[in-house]
Amino acid sequence: MSANQHSLLLDRGNLKRRNRFNKAVEITSTTAAVLAVVVLVIVVGSVFLKGVSALSWHFLTTPTALFGESGGGISNAIVGSAIMVAIAAVMAIPIGVLVAIYTTEFAPPSIAHPVRFVLDILNGVPTIITGIFVYGLIVVPQGHQSAFAASLALAIIMLPIVARTAQEVLTLVPGTLKEAAHALGIAQWRTTLRITIPTAAGGLITGSLLAVARVAGETAPLIFLSSIFGQGMLTAPGEALASIPIFIFRSSESPSSTAHTEAWAAALVLIAFVLALNIVARAFYARSRKRMGA
Amino acid sequence: MDVSKDTTESAAMTESSPDPQANPQTGSGFAGPSMAVAGSAGQGSVKRNRGEGTVELMGLNAYYGSTHAVRGVDLGFAADKVTAIIGPSGCGKSTMVRCINRMHEEIDGARAEGQVLLDGLDLYDSRIDIVAVRRAVGMVFQKPNPFPTMSVFDNAVSGLRLTGVSRGELDDRGREALVAAGLWEEVKDRLKAPGVGLSGGQQQRLCIARALAVEPEVLLMDEPCSALDPVATLKIEELIGELKQRVTIVIVTHNMQQAARVADTTVFMLDGELVEVGPTEKLFTTPDDDRTEQYVTGKFG
Repeated sequence: MSANQHSLLLDRGNLKRRNRFNKAVEITSTTAAVLAVVVLVIVVGSVFLKGVSALSWHFLTTPTALFGESGGGISNAIVGSAIMVAIAAVMAIPIGVLVAIYTTEFAPPSIAHPVRFVLDILNGVPTIITGIFVYGLIVVPQGHQSAFAASLALAIIMLPIVARTAQEVLTLVPGTLKEAAHALGIAQWRTTLRITIPTAAGGLITGSLLAVARVAGETAPLIFLSSIFGQGMLTAPGEALASIPIFIFRSSESPSSTAHTEAWAAALVLIAFVLALNIVARAFYARSRKRMGA
Repeated sequence: MDVSKDTTESAAMTESSPDPQANPQTGSGFAGPSMAVAGSAGQGSVKRNRGEGTVELMGLNAYYGSTHAVRGVDLGFAADKVTAIIGPSGCGKSTMVRCINRMHEEIDGARAEGQVLLDGLDLYDSRIDIVAVRRAVGMVFQKPNPFPTMSVFDNAVSGLRLTGVSRGELDDRGREALVAAGLWEEVKDRLKAPGVGLSGGQQQRLCIARALAVEPEVLLMDEPCSALDPVATLKIEELIGELKQRVTIVIVTHNMQQAARVADTTVFMLDGELVEVGPTEKLFTTPDDDRTEQYVTGKFG
């Protein structure tokens, strides 16, 4: 062993400075991660603390009280939200998944890439603009708001989320499976239907659930499209329906402190729903990843 | 160019006079399709209900974009024989095999020229449907790839489900395929369990069963044991010996010992060209071509 090698080992050069820099980056990124978690905890925690007192079975199962009266609930808003989101999901999920299947399984890259780009742009369109667009498209000609119009806006918001996540999941399906199917003489469409989609099913469900969670709290388009509604429990999609986001919006603007607490409680219901959807979505995603050996 | 001359000569030999190909190792000689399968130990399910299963490549060229991967190969694969294809990585052996069931053209920018004759019929003929080609020529891949959403049994019959095979017949054919792949005894109690729950070697035999279920005339095996342990490998090799009565087998392998163990005929490829084809023992002991000798003695590759 020559002295030369020793000096190579002992010469620290700028190693000290690099170690310090490494440490600094590590601390900064850890802090950022902690901050993100803290924000979520504060939001969920404060909604819980402020809303839980107003939350009761009565609150969940009674329609909103007449203006100026207290003691109402949000059952009509829950049902209205459910109807609008359900109609939106029925419109957006099949189309979104089909768009994804087209771009990943059938379209040449020269078409698939632009479609992906368009979906990303659609995803970036502010939802208030989607709301105004549908307002002009449906509400103006019809002369009145409707849950259906709101559903259409929500579907437009959901579509790129469903399609993009479905694309990601479908591209994760191992090419070896499609190859095996082709080598057995199974036609392309049948391979897609019987092999690719079942394999990716968990991920497709995940994307759809995340999209539902995303639009369940969407407020801006509802203000234009389904905010002037009648009293009591309404269910016809042809007319405007109550919704949780609009209930929160209204109640929080009210001067009454009871209304404020009710807004917090409704927010708690909404957040619980979104959290639950996210957890279920994660479970499906885990199952799907396992299937695809990822 | 003496390479191509060499190629044509040896290929011509394979096609016209199969007798010199008689395998000295098994002593079974050339078994024509009509010949009774005496000596096939215990495998009662031997059948060849359609053509013979003879494959001939004539002037086969394959490309990936501008890359010329297979260069003018003329070669015959005798029915009831196992033909091994050896050669260093990237020599075009997998590509050549994938031209036989037209899987090569699935890749973007890939194309093939020349003729692939199955019992004298060109598989690249415009009248022939690609699905029909894939049913006549089955394939087993490097990594076992059972369908993850399907049970053991459903995997075995996955290729049959779409041909209007009745439910009752499906049960028989699935069972028959699993028996033929030497898997039945191991899985008969767990037919409903997921196919991916089997061991690697069992998964690969399940893939062989899946390919056999559609009753192909030719079975292509692209390095079928490269992801398996020695014990599982041995089982597959034994299976290949049994299956050759039933289908023409073409096996691509990196493992020269494997070629020596399973193949009647061995083909050596280099840089997309066919260098030498001959009875396995001859190719490994007294090859005609210097490059073959260098490769089989481990001087390169």
